[in-house]
Amino acid sequence: MYFGLSEDQIFFQENVTKFLEDQASLDVIRAITEGDAGEAQKEINSGLVNLGLSALLIPEEFGGLGLDLLFATAVSQSLGGGVAPISYTGSFVMAPLAISHGGSKKQKEKYLTKMSENSIRFGVGFSEYIGARDGSAIEIKNNKISGRALFVLDAQDASHLMFADSSGAIGIVASDAPGVEIIQLTAVDKTRSYSEIKLNNVDVDVLELTISSKDAINKSIDGGRIILAADSIGASQRLIDKAVEYSKERKQFGRVIGSFQAVKHMCAEMTSDLEPCYAMVWHAAHCFDNSPGEARLMACHAKSHVSDISKTIAKKATEVHGGMGFTDLMGVHYWFKRIGVNRQALGAPEVVREEAAKIQNF
Amino acid sequence: MDLNYGPEYEEFRKEVQEFCKKWDGVNFTKTAVVPMSMSFKETGKTVSRSEWQSILIDQGYFARSIPKEYGGFGGHSDVIKNRIIASEFSNAKIPPAMGGQGIDMLVPTLLELGTEDQKKQYIKPTLHGEMIWCQGYSEPNAGSDLASLQTKGELIDGNWVINGQKIWTSTAQYSQMMFCLVRTEPDAQKHAGISYLLIPMDTVGLDVRPLVDMTLKSGFNEVFFTDVTIPEGNIIGKRGEGWAVANATLGHERGSLTDPNATVNRVNSLIDRMKEETLDGRRLIDIPVYRDKLMALQAKVMAFQSNSLRVLSSKLNKGQDTKIAGMIQKLVGTELRHELEGFAVDVMGEIGTLYEDSPNLRDNGSWQFLYMLYLGLIIGGGTSQIQKNIISERGLGMPREPKVQGV
Repeated sequence: MYFGLSEDQIFFQENVTKFLEDQASLDVIRAITEGDAGEAQKEINSGLVNLGLSALLIPEEFGGLGLDLLFATAVSQSLGGGVAPISYTGSFVMAPLAISHGGSKKQKEKYLTKMSENSIRFGVGFSEYIGARDGSAIEIKNNKISGRALFVLDAQDASHLMFADSSGAIGIVASDAPGVEIIQLTAVDKTRSYSEIKLNNVDVDVLELTISSKDAINKSIDGGRIILAADSIGASQRLIDKAVEYSKERKQFGRVIGSFQAVKHMCAEMTSDLEPCYAMVWHAAHCFDNSPGEARLMACHAKSHVSDISKTIAKKATEVHGGMGFTDLMGVHYWFKRIGVNRQALGAPEVVREEAAKIQNF
Repeated sequence: MDLNYGPEYEEFRKEVQEFCKKWDGVNFTKTAVVPMSMSFKETGKTVSRSEWQSILIDQGYFARSIPKEYGGFGGHSDVIKNRIIASEFSNAKIPPAMGGQGIDMLVPTLLELGTEDQKKQYIKPTLHGEMIWCQGYSEPNAGSDLASLQTKGELIDGNWVINGQKIWTSTAQYSQMMFCLVRTEPDAQKHAGISYLLIPMDTVGLDVRPLVDMTLKSGFNEVFFTDVTIPEGNIIGKRGEGWAVANATLGHERGSLTDPNATVNRVNSLIDRMKEETLDGRRLIDIPVYRDKLMALQAKVMAFQSNSLRVLSSKLNKGQDTKIAGMIQKLVGTELRHELEGFAVDVMGEIGTLYEDSPNLRDNGSWQFLYMLYLGLIIGGGTSQIQKNIISERGLGMPREPKVQGV
């Protein structure tokens, strides 16, 4: 019995962390989010793809690395820690999962091989299946797709897009197909892209197994939720580390503020709230591949619980920094905002908890 | 990640399940102290507490790694087997072996630091439930700052003569023995002046007065010492080493307070209750606000359970670092349980406040009882605030409070 990340997973995770420390300093991230460093963002992207991120979850027979979700989860912690400006959750996790579980043999061959080479890349718009906001809706009929999808993940660099209708059928379109209109949204987190997409009678390739089964869409969303939870864990840990570090340097009343119990207890609370989240998310990722009976409930609970914990940590860690925490200069807000979007994406906590109740037939 | 225990352990699990089937519905004789959260059917299988201890020891389900000569099973320590036993017993509602301060704290201390004679004299009757111990640590002016304790012991003519007062002493009213921290070296620095003494409770001059707690059920005591005289040899370790001796077991208590399986079982009981209980004719589980909070709590409990698996794993796999994961167990476990029991009271509303033998009482009044009891456990064994000091100082490397001059 061994509960935890393997040596390989930790080694890979550390490589991603180190790469981000070298290539994506806060100054670089700041420039990217201000729209001044497109080249730097491309370099970070290709560096991470070279490490294998686009191929992690793609089966070996299609040229991928054939790793499990726990591996992808370990990576996600690093990406959250470094507020990495990369399309990971949608493009590299949810899309391969959706196609692997929902595609016919032909569809898998058509897409997965190119995805592992990173010659095509997907944006993912499943919000209308999870919980449609503002009246958005997707309709798939006679090999055409129409409607409006809100909050599509990772559409910015995507050559292809996938959408789901309310029945869980997944349709794929080319980003540049006639009738596709992509509108960039501006969310608080500018390290990743969020879009509104309008579709007007666009040619669609529907993933064959998703016509009659929700398994593929559920698998893709469960995986995405676990990955977002892991991203928030990485971001939260970085915030705690920053808060503790700052509290050991900053002096008031002749003492470092980290020697005051008011501050120490905030840090102890953050760390004791976060620590079980690691175990929970790893456990959920493990069940995702090994224990299908428990997998859905654990994915839901991991997403909503980590969202709640990381929200509290984002607040407390900012407070430990005092007024500096509120400034752009200190940059704590990059993690605060990343956590803020992770919390709402793929289902806000209350939405996901209602799903958890339904999964248990309550 | 590998959550399988392997075929050998699955065999063992079957064996434990067989045992549970055989003893399904086992009940204790009236004099035994029975945990409040357990309820027993009348099945005719009635044993005394100490008979049950013997049955469990013979089977290897209790005191596994304690040598036979001291009354244990004489096997190897096996964390996984312990876990399987705990979870199967809990599932089958079979009463676990007796715990308590003698078994959980004194026995490990004796095994580590006691003399051969002390081990032979005390361990066996303690394991068999024939010798109950209480812990004489806290004093009215020495709580979180335990090392400032003032109960005095003087060596006079080959005997320790003890004067002073202890408080929060659970089970003192039916204990035969007390292990006690006493200041024997008044001139030494505060931590170096304490000795760990073993005191028979029937010694002349020792007075136990009950201290009723808010649950009105489980009892603490105050214990007063007036020239209580015991032999010089009733000491573990040397004079002045008592603080180190006590610390050898304090970690043990913090770990044992929180059982993740028990918490999971409580969530499941709460779900059952919320399916039965109604508000304006609607089942509580169908009411969105309650439903949402229930799911949030279930998720929290799941996280705590996964954390415990990780801590378990670090005991089996050398080199796995789970320092903080282990350090938070007492804080998180007790706070979570208090929150869970309190939420159950909330969903039942007025009915949740019913107590003792009231009409319309639900589940023996256990929700309200444990809601209060866990507040005591949050405070006892190192308060939540002390836990946060430990986590921030030892876990996160934050500076200690500056020492006040002259204390």
